[in-house]
Amino acid sequence: MAEILLSDLKVGEQGTVHHFNDQFIALKLMEMGCLPGEKIKVERFAPMGDPIAISVAGYSLSLRKNEAAMVVLQKS
Amino acid sequence: MAFFTPSTNPAPPLKIALAGNPNSGKSTLFNLLTGLRQKTGNFPGVTVDLHLGTFRTNSHLKIEVIDLPGTYSLFPKSLDEQLTTDVLCDKNHKQHPSLTLVVADSTNLKRSLYLCTQLIDIGMPVILVLNMIDIAQRRTIVIDEEKLSLMLGVSVLSVNSKSGAGMDKLKKAIETFVPYSPKPLVDLKEISSDNWVDLQTHLGAKTPFDALVKYVNSNDSLQEKSAIFEQKQSEKISLQTNESIARFKLSEKLVLACVSYPLREINSLTKTLDNWFTHKIWGFIIFLFILFCIFQCIFTFSELPMEWIENLFVWLSNSVEKALPPGILNDILTKGILAGLGGVVVFIPQIAFLFAFIAILEDSGYMARVSFIMDKAMRKFGLNGKSIIPLISGAACAVPAIMGTRTISNSKERLITILVIPLMSCSARIPVYTLLISLVVPNVRVLGLLNMQGIVLMALYLIGFLSALGAAFLLKYFVKTKEKSYFIMELPIYRVPQVKQVIMVIYDKVRMFVYEAGKIIVAISVILWLMASYAPGNAMQKIDEKYALEKERYSPEEIDHLKASDKLEASYAGIAGKFIEPIIAPLGFDWKIGISLVTSFAAREVFVGTMATIYSIGSDADELSVREKMKEARNPTTGQPVYTLAVGFSLMIFYAFALQCMSTIAVVYRETGGYKWPLIQLLFLSALAYCSSFVVYHVLQ
Repeated sequence: MAEILLSDLKVGEQGTVHHFNDQFIALKLMEMGCLPGEKIKVERFAPMGDPIAISVAGYSLSLRKNEAAMVVLQKS
Repeated sequence: MAFFTPSTNPAPPLKIALAGNPNSGKSTLFNLLTGLRQKTGNFPGVTVDLHLGTFRTNSHLKIEVIDLPGTYSLFPKSLDEQLTTDVLCDKNHKQHPSLTLVVADSTNLKRSLYLCTQLIDIGMPVILVLNMIDIAQRRTIVIDEEKLSLMLGVSVLSVNSKSGAGMDKLKKAIETFVPYSPKPLVDLKEISSDNWVDLQTHLGAKTPFDALVKYVNSNDSLQEKSAIFEQKQSEKISLQTNESIARFKLSEKLVLACVSYPLREINSLTKTLDNWFTHKIWGFIIFLFILFCIFQCIFTFSELPMEWIENLFVWLSNSVEKALPPGILNDILTKGILAGLGGVVVFIPQIAFLFAFIAILEDSGYMARVSFIMDKAMRKFGLNGKSIIPLISGAACAVPAIMGTRTISNSKERLITILVIPLMSCSARIPVYTLLISLVVPNVRVLGLLNMQGIVLMALYLIGFLSALGAAFLLKYFVKTKEKSYFIMELPIYRVPQVKQVIMVIYDKVRMFVYEAGKIIVAISVILWLMASYAPGNAMQKIDEKYALEKERYSPEEIDHLKASDKLEASYAGIAGKFIEPIIAPLGFDWKIGISLVTSFAAREVFVGTMATIYSIGSDADELSVREKMKEARNPTTGQPVYTLAVGFSLMIFYAFALQCMSTIAVVYRETGGYKWPLIQLLFLSALAYCSSFVVYHVLQ
């Protein structure tokens, strides 16, 4: 399984959280339930391409592209 | 419940707190528990409002409830989350509860369990309330409450805060609650190798985990002072990371054991709506259309109530004037206090309507989408997608709008938002704008449909908004912060807004406006009235004497008005107006406008009343007669009309930019915690207003 950044996924693509490259973003995302092992699906992009909306752990979350670039996924 | 052995004399908790994730239906439950027996507390030192309420159990025990700002964990990332942590962790806090209800979204239990187990581990007695159980049932999610209760060691109850089902049981559980020390759930060995028991005694913490929370949340200066902190090897950030992972593992275990999920079902309504609301083109069109409708409605709906309020205050003022003997007390009451109060109350309808719409949009989940589609554009201006709501609120009144910036977690983005909000055209500018527009802009139709005066008014709103963005763009380079900006935010599913929730928001914002802005407006009105009614030496007496000799030439009414006008000119306010005349002359303003600029500091709309007095038509004259008088006004040296197109627009631009509002200055002082930013803001906006007016005046002349 190849590693890919969340920011590189296209709409509709999925991946499983492997690790984070930024501790602050990791903390914020983890307390919202986005932990290593969780499946993430990219739902949509905002009109100007940023931020992005993902679904994770049964709900919808929005984050900026540079934040998504800190999330390393295993593509499934 | 099974784990609490009821003692012979069960002492009910005096204070209980509601804690939970944002969007968990916490406020709805709070409203359901307390009804309208609630108030909003503003605590010294903190800038966040807490909602307090009381209710009585079946056996008539009075219980105090506090609704804490929504949070995901005890490690705060923004000001309102900070307050939640303070109240829950600091046992000396005035609002520290003896029992906390953790309100959980039944459809997303794992995340709520994270907060719930954190609370249990700091030694806080907890009842886990499974809210929105109806939605969970509809999605065929089944939660084994008994098993969950056994595993957590706390009571678990389910309620439907919309219908009220399960509330009796909840009240009963609160009533029969007996204080106890909960058993910690997460083994700290999984988180760090440090010995937290040492620190627990040192910090007077309830549990080792409580000590860890206090350590992570402590600021650096505290650490330097305390030698024991140095022994701690673990970095705060890795402590938090390890804690999150360990605790979510536990939550996962609990969910696996106690919850059965159906096959993942996607909320199709939310998806369809999102396709429209976050669409590349339609998203913006819908947003603009909604804004247009809102402003249209606000002006149409509030016209009538505003008229009633104005009439009520005229009647009140007349009644008081007649009831009391003439003299200084009578004048202070009617012309100072009542006039100031009237100027506050008259804006309540507009503010109430705007916040009603904002509350509906927020409660439905739409506002999160607006932040989502606007974030990238706003970021270019040093703002955050979340800045858009306070900016729109600024179109009603800057005071509640500035207080609404607390949800922005990044301090730089929050500060910039606060600094530019006063540029949005607030309700108090409308009377000034309408008077000046009707004075210098012809009432003609252009392009068949649009009214020229309407276009100018809209342009003024647009100028306000665009200059707010421009100012933010400049400020971006001056405001520094070490904090990272982020936009990690939940996009909640769409739901029908709750009437009670909307009413509470209206009540809250109107209260903020009346107490925060109102008291200052009234105080300044009294001061300005004094300034306008007294003159150095015996100037006032001389005016009386002068007109006593001219009884034959004018009718008694004319004499009153002429006298008032002369007295205002001679008064301290008049002196102030003349004193600043050389400064404002380059903008095309004379000393009469100078007086109005001074008196506008109470609230901008005072301009209209002051103009009425200056042009000696009695201060309660209607707008039409003020306009006629202003139109006739001539410059004594040149004989030309005073209110030319150039002066009119120069004045409008001045009002659009200048920070002529003491209440705003006061609230910025409070929200930024010092004189620095309100002072910078005042200087910046004054300079902007002065230069823009100067340019406008000279270009149009």
